[in-house]
Amino acid sequence: MKIFTVRGGIHPEYRKDITSEKGITVLPMPATLYIPLQQHIGAPAEVLVVAGDPVKKGQMIARNQGSVSASHHAPTSGRIMEITEVAAPHPSGLPQTTIILESDGKDEWGDLPEPITDPFAVDPKAIHDRVACSGIVGMGGAAFPSAIKLNLGQQKKLEILLLNGAECEPYLTCDDRVMREHADEVVDGARIMAHALGTPRVIIGIEQNKPQAIEAMTRAASTFPNVEVVAVPVQYPMGSERHLVQAITGIETPARKLTADLGIVVHNVATARAVHHAVRFGRPLVARVVTVSGGAIRDPKNLLAPIGAKIADLVEFCGGFAARPESVVNGGPMMGQPLASLDAPVVKGTSGILALTAEEINDRPASACIRCGSCITICPCGLSPVEMSAFIRKDNLETAAKLGVMDCFSCGSCSWVCPSHIPLVHYFNYAKGMLRDQESDRRKNERIKLLAEVRVIRVEKAAEAKRAALAAKSKPAAEAAPSGAAGEAKAATEEKVNA
Amino acid sequence: MSVVASAKKSGPFAHGFSSVQKTMFTVLLALAPATAFNLYLFGWPAILLFTITVGACVAIEAVCLQLAGKPVGATLADCSAVLTGWLLAMSLPPWAPWWVGVLAAIFAIALAKHAFGGIGQNVFNPAMVGRTVMLISFPVAMTIWVAPHPLFSAGAPGLAESFAITFGGNVPDTMSAASALGHIKTELSRGIPVTQSMSQVPDLMDMTLGYRAGSMGETSLLLILAGGLFLMAKRIISWHIPVSMMGSLFLIAALFHAIDPARFTSGTFHLVSGATVLGAFFIATDYVTSPVSKSGQLVFGAGVGLLTWSIRNFAGYPEGMAFAVLLMNSLTPIIDQYTRPRAFGRNRKGEPLPLEKKP
Repeated sequence: MKIFTVRGGIHPEYRKDITSEKGITVLPMPATLYIPLQQHIGAPAEVLVVAGDPVKKGQMIARNQGSVSASHHAPTSGRIMEITEVAAPHPSGLPQTTIILESDGKDEWGDLPEPITDPFAVDPKAIHDRVACSGIVGMGGAAFPSAIKLNLGQQKKLEILLLNGAECEPYLTCDDRVMREHADEVVDGARIMAHALGTPRVIIGIEQNKPQAIEAMTRAASTFPNVEVVAVPVQYPMGSERHLVQAITGIETPARKLTADLGIVVHNVATARAVHHAVRFGRPLVARVVTVSGGAIRDPKNLLAPIGAKIADLVEFCGGFAARPESVVNGGPMMGQPLASLDAPVVKGTSGILALTAEEINDRPASACIRCGSCITICPCGLSPVEMSAFIRKDNLETAAKLGVMDCFSCGSCSWVCPSHIPLVHYFNYAKGMLRDQESDRRKNERIKLLAEVRVIRVEKAAEAKRAALAAKSKPAAEAAPSGAAGEAKAATEEKVNA
Repeated sequence: MSVVASAKKSGPFAHGFSSVQKTMFTVLLALAPATAFNLYLFGWPAILLFTITVGACVAIEAVCLQLAGKPVGATLADCSAVLTGWLLAMSLPPWAPWWVGVLAAIFAIALAKHAFGGIGQNVFNPAMVGRTVMLISFPVAMTIWVAPHPLFSAGAPGLAESFAITFGGNVPDTMSAASALGHIKTELSRGIPVTQSMSQVPDLMDMTLGYRAGSMGETSLLLILAGGLFLMAKRIISWHIPVSMMGSLFLIAALFHAIDPARFTSGTFHLVSGATVLGAFFIATDYVTSPVSKSGQLVFGAGVGLLTWSIRNFAGYPEGMAFAVLLMNSLTPIIDQYTRPRAFGRNRKGEPLPLEKKP
């Protein structure tokens, strides 16, 4: 298959060999699990249990609410201890509502939904419902509720399900191990997803630095003519949805459009495996593979960890710290988030826990920009980081927005390559946050203005009606004459509000 | 709660091994062979002037940093002042007196660099500002060219004699020689056509190896070219500026040479004479003062090439590289604005691309 060139990108030190040969090890069930209500993009789930409730493994303990949300299930059997605020796996370390579950050590499954024996014979809706009630979210890190993405086939005709096994982040090998050890499950999950989406083709994209995964997946896919495994070049950030689509199909997703608009839906390989479990066995998403790595970890591993296990438990199982970690990162070193505390739990989007030494991070104080232009050459989005950061430093966010800062997806290539060690992504994250705030403020103000206008009209109308009623009483013979033009304008404004 | 680390800065938590110091150091390394050979060719006076110029640049940088209240040691360590001094020295007449190097260093570092805010902020190439201000202010001292007198060869000045040359300004008349570009220009002004005067300039072999009169570091083309290719291999510079600059210079020179060989020298002559190769690889490619995008660099390089040729042929000075670079430096911000790359998923105007046909 022809592979198309993708602009820019970098070749960081991958250091995947630290854990690539470490098979998936099951983390012993911790005594206590911490399950946050929000582990995904969208609204937090609604709690279904109270303190003291006994629960079985796989029992739904929080239900999705609103249009974008995901349910959560008990990762083991035990008793609900408390529903309280616990530090979130987020750079702020701020607390969020979390269900605390005390394990009874039995790890007993509860009543699960019936397995769907022939998923290819059922209506796509049934698959979608099963994925939704199994609490599956995108496991590549974005944690977008998968059921919503599987529903895209209802809205438009789709051509390709692209399974993302690129795993372009350095250090991470969890997807690599899943593909090597559970290739059949991944391929089966992908075929089920393709059925739900209505896509005739499945393409599995894997970076060339994972030859064993490519081999295992090719073997697993060999009996299915519509499933194809494609090796893509090792080039960070190949795992970005838009860039992977471009490498494989040659099509550049237009700005403000989704790959689905091109007829391509992208899902992560681990998500496909979770779908396999949910559909074939009725098992919800209660555990995931996490790469625990980095120079400060004594014994790096790939762990199958229950959702809600404290990060400290994982680190301890890996022998603790061999050196002082400069930063502990949730995810890969390029796009991962710094963790404020090891007390935060593993969530559905946790692909890696990296304890990195100062030497690995190689951070230095920023010096002046020498305009070398490397950041422009490597930007996979075709932006001009050097210019944008100069404007952001002057707090001229409007110009930065004109230069396209909102198109930046914070892949980190520019910061990585900068010889002056300028924290470019940090500037862009700041600008994006501020611009989003400004935009939401602007919308809010517009809404308030509109509502105020409507209120004035409503009050006027009421007063007029009153006057008309009075007039009708005093002059019952006279005709009521509403003012035509003003009435139309009011109607238009009201329509706007209702819209 | 066990706080393990401060989460003050967002990622990435990895960094390439590039640094400003490393970049500057690689450029110095690339310059070293050509410099060493040229210092050998022009002997002790050149070595003295080179040392004085680089030393003055570093000293002036230190003073400026101190005055501006910036960290002196840490900034000096980036080697940018050494590089400026080095390139400046290479662009001076090899036997120029000591004060030429010192004054040039003041113009380069204090005026062109620190008055604009220090490293990264200057609009004009500091070394070229130093050279051109000196050329305009002291045209005689800046045009004393000598033929190569290799160290320890017969007729080469000894150390004592060299001190007299550098610190006394006593260049023996018998030793001076004209640069090839200067010779052609003088002869043309006397009404002698290029076809005739070309017979008196060194042949192509001598021009390429460096056995000719010229600025301290510009004559050994092969070694400069090797240094430039080394920088490309190290990905410090890309091909865009050197190729577009030398290409445009060659093309326009060849075109006019074909039209009127008596008035215009050939494209090859323009490539091998003056500071063409040094300028193309080491001066026009200066990061700070050249455009940041590759397409901008093509425009910039072509501009330098065309201006160099125009100045060499129509202006009062025989060599125009430094002027051409400075003129194009002033256009860099505008070139940058018009040569931004196309953003992913958008057209050149920044509008989203139209939706393509499904695969």
